[in-house]
Amino acid sequence: MVHSGINVLFEGSNFARLMAGLWTSIWIAAISLIIGLAIGIIFGILRTLSNKFIRFILRVYLEFFRIVPTIVLLYLVYYILPRTFHVNWPATWMAVLAFSLWVAAEFSDIVRGAIESVPKSQRESGLALGLSKIQLFRYVLLPQVIKLELPATINLATRVIKTTSLLLVISIMEVINVAQQIIEANNQQYPTGVFWVYGLIFILYFVLDYPLSAWAKKLTNERK
Amino acid sequence: MKKKNIFNIIMGIVALIVVVSAAYFGFTQPNLNSGTAGSRWSNENGISEIKRRGYIRVAVFGDLPPYGWVNDQGKRVGYDVYLARRIAKDLNVKIRFIQVNANNRVDTLNSNKADIVLANFTVTPERKDIVDFAKPYMKVSVGVISPKNAPIKSAQELKGKKLIVTKGTTAENYFAKQSGVNLLKFDSKTQQFNALKNGRGAALADDNSYLYAWVKKNPKYVVGIKSIGSRQYVSPAVKKGNRSLLKWTNQEITKLTQKGFFIKDYQTELAPYFGKDIKPTDIILK
Repeated sequence: MVHSGINVLFEGSNFARLMAGLWTSIWIAAISLIIGLAIGIIFGILRTLSNKFIRFILRVYLEFFRIVPTIVLLYLVYYILPRTFHVNWPATWMAVLAFSLWVAAEFSDIVRGAIESVPKSQRESGLALGLSKIQLFRYVLLPQVIKLELPATINLATRVIKTTSLLLVISIMEVINVAQQIIEANNQQYPTGVFWVYGLIFILYFVLDYPLSAWAKKLTNERK
Repeated sequence: MKKKNIFNIIMGIVALIVVVSAAYFGFTQPNLNSGTAGSRWSNENGISEIKRRGYIRVAVFGDLPPYGWVNDQGKRVGYDVYLARRIAKDLNVKIRFIQVNANNRVDTLNSNKADIVLANFTVTPERKDIVDFAKPYMKVSVGVISPKNAPIKSAQELKGKKLIVTKGTTAENYFAKQSGVNLLKFDSKTQQFNALKNGRGAALADDNSYLYAWVKKNPKYVVGIKSIGSRQYVSPAVKKGNRSLLKWTNQEITKLTQKGFFIKDYQTELAPYFGKDIKPTDIILK
């Protein structure tokens, strides 16, 4: 066990590099979530309006981002967008763009579902009390909607964090990409290094996602 | 229920620690993952534009030792990277690396993510249609390895024997056209080398540069046939139509070849991996 594979993690700056890669994943996921949720709220509310045209457009938008795999989306923004529209941002911002649009689509459906599942009697009681539309939304719908949508939103966040592992296809140095560099560079010295490097990544992702998932579960249980 | 709560709280704290330490490493060591700052807005990448903006964007491999990889200090090294740094130095500009995989090298150029590709890019007629190749700086061809105690030194000796190859390689292409050789095909490099070790074939054919490095690690085998079939070349590639950079790169390669730069490159980056049996002239061009 002189050359135990676990040492691969502590050679040179390997551990620091993996963590720096993880940070890239975290901040891209966090910013995408913030932007995506903000847009998603607006789209979600618009989708409950009676205007058929707006609803149709937003429905198409949702279905597009739901059907197209994220990896294809990343390819589209990174390789096709610059070629056809001459939009050429750094890869990380392209990733934020793709992820935000995807989060916005998914979240708009969550918001719409939550608004529509508030019992009709609540809305009617509010109107009967003489609340304006904005007051109705602020004091009656919003508090209930937040409670209804929160577990699904947290689940969406865990999905976004996991999906950052696809970013390696667009040359972003996130944790998986760094891991592959380390594995290939140490293949000779640590043939079992692959197990330890991916093992560490498994633990890191688990540690990030588990508290979120536990929180969502707790909220769901409380609602019952 | 109580126990689970404590577990969840602990997991929450651990997650917080991971996020904070990741942020710490992310902010304090931004240079560790060189190439993060990847591509900037630019649709102009002629030679004058590169000089004006002060950096050249080079697409390299990050996981192919000894050609383009990242060492334990987080520094990009390798035969291709050594050339890349020299090109930047001779242009008197800084260098920015874009890490690519084998299958996005062309897209990286065409989408203006990089000015030049130095990623073990073998010149093929199909690729010539979509990118512009400069003069080659390395040659590769198919080689054959066999056990030291039963070496195979010529194509004649392969007749009627089993030859191990990986699907889709030039080695497979070449030997599929030769009669009398039984091919045993595998999906990955790891599989093919394991098959040879288990004695499932008399020999194994692949790009000779891989084989040199592998034989160094596995001294029971020899590269019996160093090169067979047509020779192929590895060249820098630029975006189709980028004439000024192509012209400059051609002059640079010629100049560097005359100066013996590639011999030095070979000795620094490749020799430690290839062993003594291989001479620089097996890889580099004169």
